[in-house]
Amino acid sequence: MSEAAVAGGTRLARRRRFPILRRLLRHGSFRIGLVLVLVLVIAALCAPLITNVDPTAMRIRFRFRPPSQDFLFGTDMFGRSVFARVLYGARLSLWIGLAVALLSGAVGAMIGVLSAQWRRLDGLMMRLMDALAAFPAIVLAIGLGAALGPASGSLIIALTMAYVPRTARVLRASALVIRELDYVEAARVSGAGSLRIVLRHLLPNCMSPLLVQMTFVFAYAILAEAALSFIGIGPPPPAPSWGNIVAEGRDYAVEAWWIMLFPGIAISLAALGMNLLGDGLRDVLDPRMKIET
Amino acid sequence: MPPLLEVGRLNVQFRGERGWVTAVEDASFTVAPREALGIVGESGSGKSVTALALLGLHPPGTRIGGSVRYGGADLLRLPPRAMRRIRGGDIAMVFQDPMSSLNPVLTIADQITETLRLHQGLTGAAARRRAVELLDMVRIPDAARRLDEYPHRMSGGQRQRVMIAIAIACAPKLLIADEPTTALDVTIQAQILDLLRELQERLGMSVMLISHDLGVIAEFAQRVMVMYAGRVVELAPAAALFARPLHPYTELLLRAIPPVDADVARLPTISGAIPDPEERIDGCRFRPRCPFAQASCAIEPPPLLEAGNGRLTRCPPRLAA
Repeated sequence: MSEAAVAGGTRLARRRRFPILRRLLRHGSFRIGLVLVLVLVIAALCAPLITNVDPTAMRIRFRFRPPSQDFLFGTDMFGRSVFARVLYGARLSLWIGLAVALLSGAVGAMIGVLSAQWRRLDGLMMRLMDALAAFPAIVLAIGLGAALGPASGSLIIALTMAYVPRTARVLRASALVIRELDYVEAARVSGAGSLRIVLRHLLPNCMSPLLVQMTFVFAYAILAEAALSFIGIGPPPPAPSWGNIVAEGRDYAVEAWWIMLFPGIAISLAALGMNLLGDGLRDVLDPRMKIET
Repeated sequence: MPPLLEVGRLNVQFRGERGWVTAVEDASFTVAPREALGIVGESGSGKSVTALALLGLHPPGTRIGGSVRYGGADLLRLPPRAMRRIRGGDIAMVFQDPMSSLNPVLTIADQITETLRLHQGLTGAAARRRAVELLDMVRIPDAARRLDEYPHRMSGGQRQRVMIAIAIACAPKLLIADEPTTALDVTIQAQILDLLRELQERLGMSVMLISHDLGVIAEFAQRVMVMYAGRVVELAPAAALFARPLHPYTELLLRAIPPVDADVARLPTISGAIPDPEERIDGCRFRPRCPFAQASCAIEPPPLLEAGNGRLTRCPPRLAA
């Protein structure tokens, strides 16, 4: 009897503990997005367990084999397994997406929140962001790629620079609202300095828009990686990324459609998954949308 | 006894659309140690602006004049670092709306210990012990457990208690309470006022209670300062002020309080509205609404005059009468 009561108590407590997580898991598109992203992430992490084929091993005898039982996604012009390449390519593509999302999130959040707090910094920073945003991401990446050489590092830097302005603007807008709230004033009244207010009050309360923004940047970065690889300034071969598999397959698009198709599907699914995740997060974390979910 | 805080000719001006707008004009008053000073006035009369100016928390671009003497220094001329030590340390403040005064993403413990760390260098277990003590002092039951909760689990009254706990964390000499009960239920209001009074006694601090509610002021304050349109119009010991107001504005305000023992169909009101701060009114700013206004009231701003027994009023015609 008492044990049952205790068990009931903990169940109740647990139900109250993660209300946001529970609401997210009830959100339809978030669930679909989560499944998509998880499948791709697991595939990337467990690539060696899923296939024992080396994604860079060339087998000239098996060139241009269409998808079959032996070659799940077919083979490319060097006889490499497209299946293995898509699996291993997920690592690089998702890594670039994650790195760009994290970097642009961190830099953008700092710039946004600091500009909101220090009005003197604001004008300068926001004009700088305008200048950066006016520069097309692709052109920026081509320039940086030319300057630093084609490497995933320069790609990450270029894409980060391209996406920082959006994040900074969104975060600045949120921080400007929060900065006027009573608890920030209350912190100031208890003697907190500007830096403390930024780090303890503004930044943590801007987390939801930041998280939402980062999922979208993740999706854009995967798409941009593909686009940049397609025009030859992505991560250099032979290491596979979804973008450069598509790029290499482009000359054989008609005869060996499978080389482009499968990484293409992977790119679409990853972008779709991240976008759905972001939509779900936005719906659940935005207090104005609480009623519908 | 020398005053704890001495405000001299405090002027606060904001930049308006057409030049400078005066929010507080020539406010002079003192707060004695252990005294409860009430500040009354309609919204826009400059009560809160005065309080925030004492702490140097006026928005940037505000023009501020006069002096705020505290502990041998002028707070208005203190460097920012020294001012931060005063805020929350020597002078603390409680706000009107407890629902929005606590950071939703930090636990109660985080928010109380933040002040302790800032001003007393207390961290870890020592800070936590002190935080439990503080929650006990403000009568939050089961303090040790509630410490780890987030603000949304608490009611408005409890949050206001937490705000008071944060304010008294460093045993301030002066507590400024800006409409601390306005957002609360009537029953909770009385509890919070009782708590403030008890803490004032226990900690030996002065309290500056800002309110538009004359009932709250009458119950709490020893001295009362009445503000109207940025000016102090009357300053008097509470009992004397409520017994015999000297300024017409105070008198009309008191008349507008509903009587407890009789039904009144319509309460007397003060005709007109508080003037727009940008509006220029020569002479006495209450003149357009004053039933006793005379020709002389329009000529020059009336001075704040001594009226005996520690009373001040800004209405020369009535004082002469």
